[in-house]
Amino acid sequence: MLAATILALLVVMVLALVRALLGPTIYDRILAVNVFGTKTVVLIAVICFTLGKPEFLDIALVYALINFVSVVGVLRYFEFRSGSRDQGAGRHEYTPGEGGAGS
Amino acid sequence: MSDLLVDGLSGLLLALGCLFMVSGAVGLLRFPDFYTRMHAAGVTDTLATFLIVCALMLQAGWSLALFKLGLILLFIFFTSPAASHALAKAAQHSPLRLEPVAEQGADEAFPEPGQGTEIAEPALEADAANADRA
Repeated sequence: MLAATILALLVVMVLALVRALLGPTIYDRILAVNVFGTKTVVLIAVICFTLGKPEFLDIALVYALINFVSVVGVLRYFEFRSGSRDQGAGRHEYTPGEGGAGS
Repeated sequence: MSDLLVDGLSGLLLALGCLFMVSGAVGLLRFPDFYTRMHAAGVTDTLATFLIVCALMLQAGWSLALFKLGLILLFIFFTSPAASHALAKAAQHSPLRLEPVAEQGADEAFPEPGQGTEIAEPALEADAANADRA
C-alpha cells in the first residue's frame, strides 16, 4: 500500500508540475508549486516509512516550514508589484468602515 | 488481531488519501479558471495530507515518529489554509480580481423600501410586453 501511495504521489506531483508549466497566470503557477511542495512533504514521510528510517521525518518537517515561508514570500513579492491593478484601491477595501459591500 | 486491524485501517486511510489527492490534482489540471483550480487544490490538499499522515501515524505506533508526524500534521493544518488565503488575496489584487456582486450599485443589491418599486417597474413592463406578444 505504501508503494501505491508513493506512485500516486509521484503522479500527482507530475500533474502539478504540468499545471505549473502550463499555468496562464503567475497565480496558477504559485498554486501548483504550493501543491507540489505539500505533496513533497507527504512523499518524504511515506518514503521514510517505506525505508524504515524515522529520522527522515525531520526533513519532512523542515520542508513543510520552508514550503510555507517560500510560498508566502513569493506571494508578497507578486502581490503589490507593478503588474497588479490599482494598488491603492485594493488596499482601500480593507480599511474598516469602508468595507466592500456598501456598508 | 490488533495488528491486522491497524494495518487494514492504515491501508484504508492511505487509499482514501490517494483518491482525494489524485482527484484534486486532476481538478488542478483540468478546471477552467484560477479560482476553480484553487478550490480543487485547496480543498483536497489538506484532507489528503491529513488522511495519509494519519495512516502513517497508525503504522508508527507509540514512538518519536508519532510525535513528529503529529507536528507535521499540525504545521500543514495551519499553513495550508493560510497559503490558500494569501493566494486568493493576492489574486484579488491582480487583474484576476472578481468583482463583488454588491459593487454594481449598493442601492440595487440592497434596495431601500421606497426604491424597490422603481427597480421592479422595468421588469414588470418587460413582462407585460412579452405577454402582449404571446
